[in-house]
Amino acid sequence: MTDTGPQPLLEARNLRKFFPIRKGFLRRTVGYVRAVDDINFFINEGETLGLVGESGCGKTTASRCILRALDPTGGEMLFRTEGGKVVDLAKLTREELHPLRPQMQMIFQDPYASLNPRMTLFDIVGEPLLVNGMRNRREREERVAELLRLVGLRPEFMQRFPHAFSGGQRQRIGIARALALNPRLVVADEPVSALDVSVQAQTLNLLLDLQKRLQLTYLFVSHNLSVVRHICDRVTVMYVGKIVETATSDELFARPRHPYTAALLAALPVADPRIKTGNVELPGEVASPAHPPSGCYFHPRCTYCIDRCKVETPVYRELTPGHFAACHRAEELNLAGMA
Amino acid sequence: MNMNQSTEPLLSVRDLKVHFFMDEGVVKAVDGVSLDVYPGRVFGIVGESGCGKSVTMKAILRIVETPGRIVEGKMLLRRRSRNGGLPEVVDLARLDPKGQEMRDIRGGQIALIPQEPMAAFSPVHTVGNQIIEAIRLHRAVNAREAREVALQQFRDVGIPAPEQRLDEYSWQLSGGLRQRAMIAMALSCNPTLLIADEPTTAVDVTTQAQVLRLLRRLQAERNSAIIFITHDLGVIAQMADYVMVMYLGLVMEQGSVDDIFHNPKHPYTKALLESIPSIHTTPRIDLPTISGSIPHPFNRPAGCPFYPRCMKFMPGKCDQHTPALLPVGEHQKVSCFLYHDVEVMA
Repeated sequence: MTDTGPQPLLEARNLRKFFPIRKGFLRRTVGYVRAVDDINFFINEGETLGLVGESGCGKTTASRCILRALDPTGGEMLFRTEGGKVVDLAKLTREELHPLRPQMQMIFQDPYASLNPRMTLFDIVGEPLLVNGMRNRREREERVAELLRLVGLRPEFMQRFPHAFSGGQRQRIGIARALALNPRLVVADEPVSALDVSVQAQTLNLLLDLQKRLQLTYLFVSHNLSVVRHICDRVTVMYVGKIVETATSDELFARPRHPYTAALLAALPVADPRIKTGNVELPGEVASPAHPPSGCYFHPRCTYCIDRCKVETPVYRELTPGHFAACHRAEELNLAGMA
Repeated sequence: MNMNQSTEPLLSVRDLKVHFFMDEGVVKAVDGVSLDVYPGRVFGIVGESGCGKSVTMKAILRIVETPGRIVEGKMLLRRRSRNGGLPEVVDLARLDPKGQEMRDIRGGQIALIPQEPMAAFSPVHTVGNQIIEAIRLHRAVNAREAREVALQQFRDVGIPAPEQRLDEYSWQLSGGLRQRAMIAMALSCNPTLLIADEPTTAVDVTTQAQVLRLLRRLQAERNSAIIFITHDLGVIAQMADYVMVMYLGLVMEQGSVDDIFHNPKHPYTKALLESIPSIHTTPRIDLPTISGSIPHPFNRPAGCPFYPRCMKFMPGKCDQHTPALLPVGEHQKVSCFLYHDVEVMA
């Protein structure tokens, strides 16, 4: 293995997560919700990968699988450990996974629900340290103070409870907790969507700054395309459990290759009254992952649908270097991006 | 946009003050708001949490919950003439919130599209029954006619298989359909004023585009007035004709949507617009931010509520006096001492 260019920190291969649908007295399985349905992606060390899609597309399930908060139904999740060894997170037992856990942390969406109101900041941020063997209280206090300073909070706040803080400050506490164990991969699930507009920018700047200082790798899960464009190096778009397109952020927004991505971009309301958006309407509703349509899952809503799309599942393939899409007509379509 | 609309406002709110009298003190949730809503226009109210945009909406509908009270102000609504005569003007602030007249207006002439359709519909009654109930309260029709009206509304908002959907429960509908059903309910009594309180925050981007398009189409067809409340600057830019920017219960600035986005005057409006990532900003560099966070309503700063976070803060002025909302141009008003001196206001 030669050391050339960025190496994937994490690579998901054919990742699947199905939830059984049980019915009746005997709770027999009558079907599956294919929440994550055979997806492939990788995250390079030090980059931010955006995972976007509408509710129910499987983006949160996929991110939880990576952290093994959920056990995937199938597939591989290859993680490069600190020593450069590649392990398959999907195959590890709980005991084997334990030493790897500190390397992967999560920032949650709702800063009001994700902090225990009965714990002080010291307890919240210090708990991961305690769990991982830092028994000395003084040592923990020093580390918590350092973390609070890192996220822009005053260490004197350590003995206060979360209720004394605003939404933006609470999100900083959550970030400090996630960084306590020096993680390499941080999964951020909609980290700014619960915040006010004027504090969103502060939090995004903090995330960018921390990435630079600590060489973090982010998986940034969001439905807000403007935020994703701002913060992500590459973007993956999901629709009903499948990845439909992946490309660098600049390219995805300028030249989408999948009709669903193009529809998402067209639906985005632009904060400029002189640019009228939202005129192209995507008909119908998101399909249910319990009863996905035949062929390409997007075909009932797609303007460019041909007969082939109704029967044959499109292959997710590399169109140009680094630009992947799953559409039969990706080569011939010329879809509009954002200016 | 056709310009031959009546120049008389449908609703004029003057110096509205809604205060909440709590054990810990008084929260001035809305502290002197004036606005005019015209037929056929969308009046957008934009602001962050605690700015008073929802309380303003509740005051207009007279559903402010205790310990909140309208302490001052007028809310003049031009009522539909009931027998072909001249429209009469009523002051909503003077009506009994539980009285017959207010109950006729609420849901009849003024309808609300709430933020969370899942929470707004009862889960144990079919959506059809709930809409029919509303229609029968406000219109002199029997049950069968009311059902017909409801069906027609469902068709108008583009719900597929309306007969079947009418007999379903709200939890059987998808997010987009539920919001459409809510809009159908709001429109079922032909309101002249529609209040949309963050109608698309709970739905996805593509559904949001559908709902916004639907609202625009229905408004053009019916020439109704809409008060559109949101924190999303993108949505407000696309929907509103006229925009009011609120912060901590006060109006910072109001003007046409083009003025607000292309010629903002108030430092808060400017900072807010700069802080959102857009297609014009360079990715992966620091965004301009507004320092600090929104103060707790109990500790609202004296003077201009924005001064502790303001880049243009002028000591001795902004922290001593509260700026009044005064014109800066033909259709734009701003409350900031950068444009009006303290003496002028006194």
